[in-house]
Amino acid sequence: MKKATSNNIKLPSAGTRLSGAEIIWATLVGEGVRDVFGYPGGAILPAYDALRKFPVRHILVRHEQGATHMADGYARASGRAGVAIATSGPGATNMVTGLATAMLDSIPIVCITGQVSSKVLGTDAFQEVDTTGITLPITKHNYLVTKVEDIAPSLREAFAIAQGGRPGPVLVDITKDAQQSLAVFDFLAAAPPPYRSCATSQVTDELIRDAVEMLSQARRPVILAGHGIIRSGATVEVLELAERARIPIACTLLGLGSVPASHPLNLGMMGMHGESWVNEAIQQADLLLALGMRFDDRVTGALATYAPQARKIHIELDPAEISKNVKVDVALIGDLRAVLRALLPAVHQRDDPAWVDRVKALKGTAAVRDIQNLPDTGHLYAAHVMHDLWRQTRDGDAVIVTDVGQHQMWEAQYYKHEHPRSLLTSGGLGTMGFALPAAIGAKVACPEKEVWVVAGDGGFQMTSPELATVMQERLDLNIAIINNGYLGMVRQWQEFFYEKNYAATPLLSPNFVRLAQAYGLEAKSVRKRTEVIPAIRAAQQHKGGFVIDFQVEQEDSVYPMVPTGAALHEMIRRPDNPLVETAMDP
Amino acid sequence: MYHTFIALVDDKPGVLNRVVSLLRRLNYNVVSLTAGPCERPSVTRMTIVADASPDAAHRIRASMCKLRNVLRVDSIDGHACVTLELALIKIAADATSRERLLELARVFRADVIDLNPDALTLQITAAENKIEAFLKALRAHGIEALEILRSGPLAMRFGHEPVTS
Repeated sequence: MKKATSNNIKLPSAGTRLSGAEIIWATLVGEGVRDVFGYPGGAILPAYDALRKFPVRHILVRHEQGATHMADGYARASGRAGVAIATSGPGATNMVTGLATAMLDSIPIVCITGQVSSKVLGTDAFQEVDTTGITLPITKHNYLVTKVEDIAPSLREAFAIAQGGRPGPVLVDITKDAQQSLAVFDFLAAAPPPYRSCATSQVTDELIRDAVEMLSQARRPVILAGHGIIRSGATVEVLELAERARIPIACTLLGLGSVPASHPLNLGMMGMHGESWVNEAIQQADLLLALGMRFDDRVTGALATYAPQARKIHIELDPAEISKNVKVDVALIGDLRAVLRALLPAVHQRDDPAWVDRVKALKGTAAVRDIQNLPDTGHLYAAHVMHDLWRQTRDGDAVIVTDVGQHQMWEAQYYKHEHPRSLLTSGGLGTMGFALPAAIGAKVACPEKEVWVVAGDGGFQMTSPELATVMQERLDLNIAIINNGYLGMVRQWQEFFYEKNYAATPLLSPNFVRLAQAYGLEAKSVRKRTEVIPAIRAAQQHKGGFVIDFQVEQEDSVYPMVPTGAALHEMIRRPDNPLVETAMDP
Repeated sequence: MYHTFIALVDDKPGVLNRVVSLLRRLNYNVVSLTAGPCERPSVTRMTIVADASPDAAHRIRASMCKLRNVLRVDSIDGHACVTLELALIKIAADATSRERLLELARVFRADVIDLNPDALTLQITAAENKIEAFLKALRAHGIEALEILRSGPLAMRFGHEPVTS
């Protein structure tokens, strides 16, 4: 009898003898995997030999780092674990950056690597490397599988761990002889024990009472909205809390989209490049309600001066995050949505508009000028591109995948994200080269969505060979390169903190239009404001990969900026005669 | 300050590495770590002493608990417990110097576990500070050890309560 699985694909019946290689794919199919990103090689060849017997789409990448970012983008866009596969040695070491990226941002991916035969393990065999040793600190868990009968249980547990609790990357390293041996395959018998952490705490009535009391006493509360809201699917509950108790919301970078940007209580992004009123509101608050966020140094500024008058309530899944950077008064540990549902019945309605009005007043003149209304000086600014991209895609269901650097911050400031999973970006590790492969993963996961890469000229060149993957897989992907001829964020730091000593930041690039064309993709170069929207439309209308090289102002900087070590309110503000002003509220 | 933890972990290859790697990654210094079998089959019991800031105990425990192979962690800072350490001390001693050494060993309840014409080995199981005192007393009497081996502390809570989950 055939067993039906989560994606209604028939698995080999229980008791069938399969090779380890076949067991890998049969287990993936059983776990509901439809797409994997990979690169073949010697130690994983038995698995590849069996690939075509199974209903799995394999996307051939150009570098294993790309495979991990694709799996990551796939997971961020869909919420389902992404899968990457590679060979031993260099195949595995090339995955390190992608694993660390997923680890820092709590993204569920499962990476499978081939390993040399168990008979030569430990002998420095050809393409042998200590994969589990290398990846131990950058995975949630990893496995070295040397026996064929351990393949299915390890893989099934890998999915459970990657997606359970606070998600993260899991790596399964499988020796070549384990792939080649035969064993009885039984998907159901290989089911893992329920995932648990021995530190899981309970949310007690007493803690709920404490939190509610602090909320009712607060006069100047602020919600800090993090990635956990998206992970937990708690948008509705967060908005209910904010609306009932009139609490303004500040978002972390990964929290953008967790609540709609257009919501009147949503202030926008906090932190190093957060708008001034957002950071001011946090610094003046008497209560911070931190939801699924971890007080990263990029959002707190100097800890000694962080929100000095505020008591803190932290609702968080991971007990290890409690009081790690910022000491909190009440910690409610658990799934955010479940905790909020337990909390909400006791939360009182607040009618006093004074605090919300005061926060709005903090916006002052910082937000009054719409960049759309600034005279066209002939210069093209990245902010223009972001604003126009937002206007052109706001009505749809677009996913924006950013790289790391200035363009990432401009996107976060000027693109108004309305939905969870509409912004995918490497927040924790800050991985340049992330955007293009992550966007490929997002597009494979959500082919019906409009997916945009937004990358700088530096980061784009770190993984640009994946343009060939876009071409080979015929992906309808739009790619905006914000090209300013510098490693812009580093240049900005050199300008502000290193006396404009632009060492190693001027950047020569290939002709991106011709590069794209060489890969068989459409492309356009844009230098003027008036050309931005037509180019975006052309990309939207084109079926297939489309690259736009936006040649923007070279020495523009991201404002405001909280210098490292400064208090959150000690921002370098936009200059008096700004090149670019903040976009008005949508 | 020093924080002491009791951890029950899977008795599998690489688990010790995972625990130590985690503490290293979190920038905590492992002062001592002992590992061995316990009352449960396939489970290893560890006593870990880490040097970290006074408020670090929660994070160390919570972080260790996240490891797949860690079953339980008990932070025993401030709890009533017995903490013992085993030390083996090899000392050069001939028939003339032996008597003075054995007198000291009797005072500190150290046992002779090996006796040779030119050396003897003492075993002492005691709290860490008592072992320190014994070593200090040896030095005060001009006795230099050839070798010292210390297990690091082994800890168990007083009373009926087992390692907390």
